[in-house]
Amino acid sequence: MGNFMNSSSLLSLVTFMYGLATMLYMVAWIFKKPAPGKLATWVLLATVGGNIAGILMRWVESYSQGIGHAPLANLYESLIFFAWTIAVLYLILERRTENRVIGAFIAPLAFLAMAYASLSPNISDRIQPLIPALKSNWLIAHVMTCFIGYAAFAIAFGLSWMYLFRQRDPAGNGPLVGRFPAPGVLDELTYQMIIFGFLFLTIGIITGSVWANSAWGRYWGWDPKETWSLITWFIYATLLHARLMRGWSGKRIACLSILGFMAVLFTYFGVNLLPGLHSYGAMGQ
Amino acid sequence: MFWKFFASVKLTVVLLLTLAATSIIGTVIPQSGTTAFYMQAYGPFLYGVFNVLDLFDMYHSWWFRLLLLMMTANIVVCSVDRLSATWKIIFVKNPIFTRSRFSKLSDREAFSVDGNPADVKTLFYNRIQKKFGFSRMDDTETGFCIFAEKWRWTRLGVYAVHLSVILLLIGSLVGSIFGFEGFVNIPEGESTRTVRLRNSNQVIQLPFTVRCDAFSVSFYESGQPKEFRSDLTILNDDKPVLTKSIIVNDPLRYEGINLFQSSYGQLPPREVVLKFESRETGMQYRKTVSIGQSVDLPEGKGTFTLKDYRNAVDFKGHNLGAAFLGAVAADDTTSERIILPTRFPSFDRMRKGTFFISIDGGEARYYTGLQVTKDPGVWVVYAGFLMMIIGCFVTFFMSHQRVCVDVMRQEGVCRVMVSGISNKNKLGMQNQIKAIARNLEEAASSGKAETSS
Repeated sequence: MGNFMNSSSLLSLVTFMYGLATMLYMVAWIFKKPAPGKLATWVLLATVGGNIAGILMRWVESYSQGIGHAPLANLYESLIFFAWTIAVLYLILERRTENRVIGAFIAPLAFLAMAYASLSPNISDRIQPLIPALKSNWLIAHVMTCFIGYAAFAIAFGLSWMYLFRQRDPAGNGPLVGRFPAPGVLDELTYQMIIFGFLFLTIGIITGSVWANSAWGRYWGWDPKETWSLITWFIYATLLHARLMRGWSGKRIACLSILGFMAVLFTYFGVNLLPGLHSYGAMGQ
Repeated sequence: MFWKFFASVKLTVVLLLTLAATSIIGTVIPQSGTTAFYMQAYGPFLYGVFNVLDLFDMYHSWWFRLLLLMMTANIVVCSVDRLSATWKIIFVKNPIFTRSRFSKLSDREAFSVDGNPADVKTLFYNRIQKKFGFSRMDDTETGFCIFAEKWRWTRLGVYAVHLSVILLLIGSLVGSIFGFEGFVNIPEGESTRTVRLRNSNQVIQLPFTVRCDAFSVSFYESGQPKEFRSDLTILNDDKPVLTKSIIVNDPLRYEGINLFQSSYGQLPPREVVLKFESRETGMQYRKTVSIGQSVDLPEGKGTFTLKDYRNAVDFKGHNLGAAFLGAVAADDTTSERIILPTRFPSFDRMRKGTFFISIDGGEARYYTGLQVTKDPGVWVVYAGFLMMIIGCFVTFFMSHQRVCVDVMRQEGVCRVMVSGISNKNKLGMQNQIKAIARNLEEAASSGKAETSS
């Protein structure tokens, strides 16, 4: 790519493209036009390609700077990976459901994550060397599985809001909400996303635990981030038991799914306000 | 009564939400702090309330443990309660299939092929057999019916997940009874056999001696730490048996005991070389001084005493870092305080004394801070981890699938009806049925082509 493009400028372009894809999905939904919808899918596909290229370039750049580590080590890097995972999972969902209205609610999430990473003055996009605690092969496994889980929960969150709007208009007569998939479909998709996210959150907590045991000699220490990830796990475990064993569905599941994602957000951002070991994911780094 | 109470999934929901809600407390109130800290942070009244409720070490409090115990009882009772029914479904020699059950299903795919049912009988059966673990073919009035199923055992997945939670709790219990978590600081070149426990402050003996041969710390250009490294030697009866450099994320394990790089610090050098530069004559003198020692100043200007070494010295509100503290006495009545920071060699010049004193040598020694743990329960916990991941995958992404292919002679053609049931993931089952129908349709047409040619 030479001098004219590095990972930072590519990722800035990616942020813009997420915004463009979001707008196209919105236009397709609001004006009921298939053409901008198709274009949105293509733009999002290109964006996903650019996003992963940016991540890989950053990886290469870190080696050329003599720092050499996977780009999953601070808030900026986790956010760009988060955005990518949301977009990829969404594209798979779109292919399976053949419905682009959902994109108007999910693409903004990827855009927000990316825009927050790029534009927030508190988040540095500099490639930083790894502190000793992060130098481990578990870094990649732990961060990737956690964020795949978070991304699935983010999509479930979007679907749950769609469900809550859609169930107030069961006949689907409304000009905008009526174009959402049927409530039953949204409910089922939410559940599908949550079981996928739950599996990855479980693996994420476990890999983190095994890592903690090799770095600090304990697999569980009730550090705020650990505790909050467990709280998140409890909430989604509640949802699964309520649904599978008590027959909950619809509104109550949607509310639990939204609550669960609030816990995810607190685990991700809020915990940095509390004291603990995971402070390297914090602001100002 | 007991059984009924704990067999309830309502209780599970309540317990999970209670655990989630109460766990928040310990992330907001710092855990295991000092009384003084809490008094200052919360005041005497709140301190009293929090203390009674054990909120300063809540994850080990009686009520949190009671919640975990109730959760365990809930898991065990629920699993046992339902397992007998699941067991009967899973372990049967001849699964019962009834045609009527499948023919009522709404999820089904139908298509027609030319010819007689007998033409496609073996063809269809072979195709189905390939995809399912169990299959059976029954003849019907006008054709035949294939029943097949697979992954009956996946009904056990959820029990594996529940058992894994029990394993985690057992493993942590084993660890807390038979293991320990301690720490020790070892200066470079020294060795120790004792460690101090983290929660009780009790000192225990290790079955071997640990020697710290060297410690080093390196930094990036930005000043961030890059690596902490301790060269350790394990000695048994004064004989070295193992030498290893440990860094964060790469501990030393010996006889079930683990040594982790956890912290480090500087120790006062045993002695230091000081340079005394006279303001009057410009002459320089060097003297080796140890802490507590007094030396005569050159040119008969009194005595200098090296009093102390501190890791952090404050000077008019500024932290100077590590420094030696001393005193210059011109005669018996006056004494002047001297600060010699290791980082700022010319610091003493601004005192404008008769002598400018600076550090000229003497290496600072490090000590390494090791986390020392023993946890015989960790393998039980890891077994639980593995079981939980596999169990979750099986529970959520595999299901007991049963299909029925009903082939009838109807109005001169073969009517084929594919239907199926699964114990979960109905959407997946619908797709599966569609795929089987396409597969059989394609088999029938290509089979026809073979026989006609």
